[in-house]
Amino acid sequence: MIEIAHLTKEFDNPDKTRLGVLRDVSLTVEAGDIYGIIGMSGAGKSTMLRLIGLLDTPTSGTITVEGKDLSTLTGKAKIDYYKTVGTVFQGYNLLMQKTVAQNVIFPLTLSKGYDKAAAKKRVAELLELTGLTEKADVYPSQLSGGQKQRVAIARALATNPKLLLCDEPTSALDRLTTDSILGLLSDINRQLGVTILIITHEIAVVRKICNKVAVLEGGTLVDNGPIGEVLDSDMHPITRSLFFGKGEI
Amino acid sequence: MAEFLAEYGSIILVAIKDTLVMVVLSTGFGYLLGIPLGVVAYVTDHGSISENRVVNTVVGWVINIVRSIPFIILILFLIPYTRFIMGTASGTRGVIFPLVIGSAPFIARMVESSFNELDRGVIESAQAMGATNFQIIRKVLLPESFPSLLRGMSIATITIIGYIAMAGMVGGGGLGAVAINYGYYRYERPVMNVTIILTILLVQLIHVAFNLIVRRVDKNK
Repeated sequence: MIEIAHLTKEFDNPDKTRLGVLRDVSLTVEAGDIYGIIGMSGAGKSTMLRLIGLLDTPTSGTITVEGKDLSTLTGKAKIDYYKTVGTVFQGYNLLMQKTVAQNVIFPLTLSKGYDKAAAKKRVAELLELTGLTEKADVYPSQLSGGQKQRVAIARALATNPKLLLCDEPTSALDRLTTDSILGLLSDINRQLGVTILIITHEIAVVRKICNKVAVLEGGTLVDNGPIGEVLDSDMHPITRSLFFGKGEI
Repeated sequence: MAEFLAEYGSIILVAIKDTLVMVVLSTGFGYLLGIPLGVVAYVTDHGSISENRVVNTVVGWVINIVRSIPFIILILFLIPYTRFIMGTASGTRGVIFPLVIGSAPFIARMVESSFNELDRGVIESAQAMGATNFQIIRKVLLPESFPSLLRGMSIATITIIGYIAMAGMVGGGGLGAVAINYGYYRYERPVMNVTIILTILLVQLIHVAFNLIVRRVDKNK
């Protein structure tokens, strides 16, 4: 599904030379995976997600998604790519002046001459899936953090993406809410066959729903693979402290 | 009182009407010019959706240069252009043009700062959904900052009322002109007082009205 080869990202901004860089990262995500990318802040996790989400371009290396080299996408192909990838952010990034239903329908309204009836039906399905049917006409400011993230997830799924990118989706949430959001993501993965890439600094997230994990440290991939294999291998000290230390870095 | 009303009543009534016409027209046209300017200033800024250093610098300079000129000087400087465009450089008609030119850069900055209040993450997530820059401006930037734009409009409108009074010094109409021509040059103290009270009422009215509207419109509270 995603083939990342020798991905390197540097920033010319002197303040950021050390933070968020990536050095020669290679990684394969298969369809159906829930892939966790874990690391300390500044390890390059978010940079990686931004590159896969085509919100930024790499310094060198390639990202191929479903056979398409992202660096070759321009114009309409680029817009189409955005529609096959859903993104969920830590800060929800909802439209605060629009209702829940209007937020969820938003990605669909970006396509010219979209089918209004079909879009409405799709919104109803997504609200049902995320348990927000009763909140359809409520504004985000009246929702809890967990509910806001559900709206963001529903919105990210509106265009029926095959890939869902999640940037610290539960970091702003309490434990119970985190569990319910992770449960939702896991359902989405199983029921809709959506491949999920999830960035986190909490090992609990990886333990609960990921089948594979990549550990980033200072821009380099130090451990990577199915969780069982990583646990059986000679782990990098960072990985060890993640899994067997306090569980959080 | 009856004597005062007989002598100045109609003059003041006309002045109120003129002031209102000038406020509405110059705020309206000021925004017609100021919003696009503010949008351009915002989207071409460093790290924004359509970063463009040259355009951003040029727009910034134009805005700052016009804002640097004291409004009363700007009116005088613009007289030949005002005559050319409006056909006259005096009266209500002659004041609208300099008012629009003088307020547009101020409005542009207000608009830009409303946009800057928005969380950049919202714009980024629209990009991640495949929104074009034009769609981001029309469907995210403007509607999401609408309440803040209205708050800015309240301030802009009140500033324009001040500008209108200044324009009264150099042949403009409205309450300011009445205060200057009758209250000041003819030493008619009551006229001065009445125009001041009316202006205070007008400003209060605008302030309260905008507050009520914003409270209605803003869903993020």
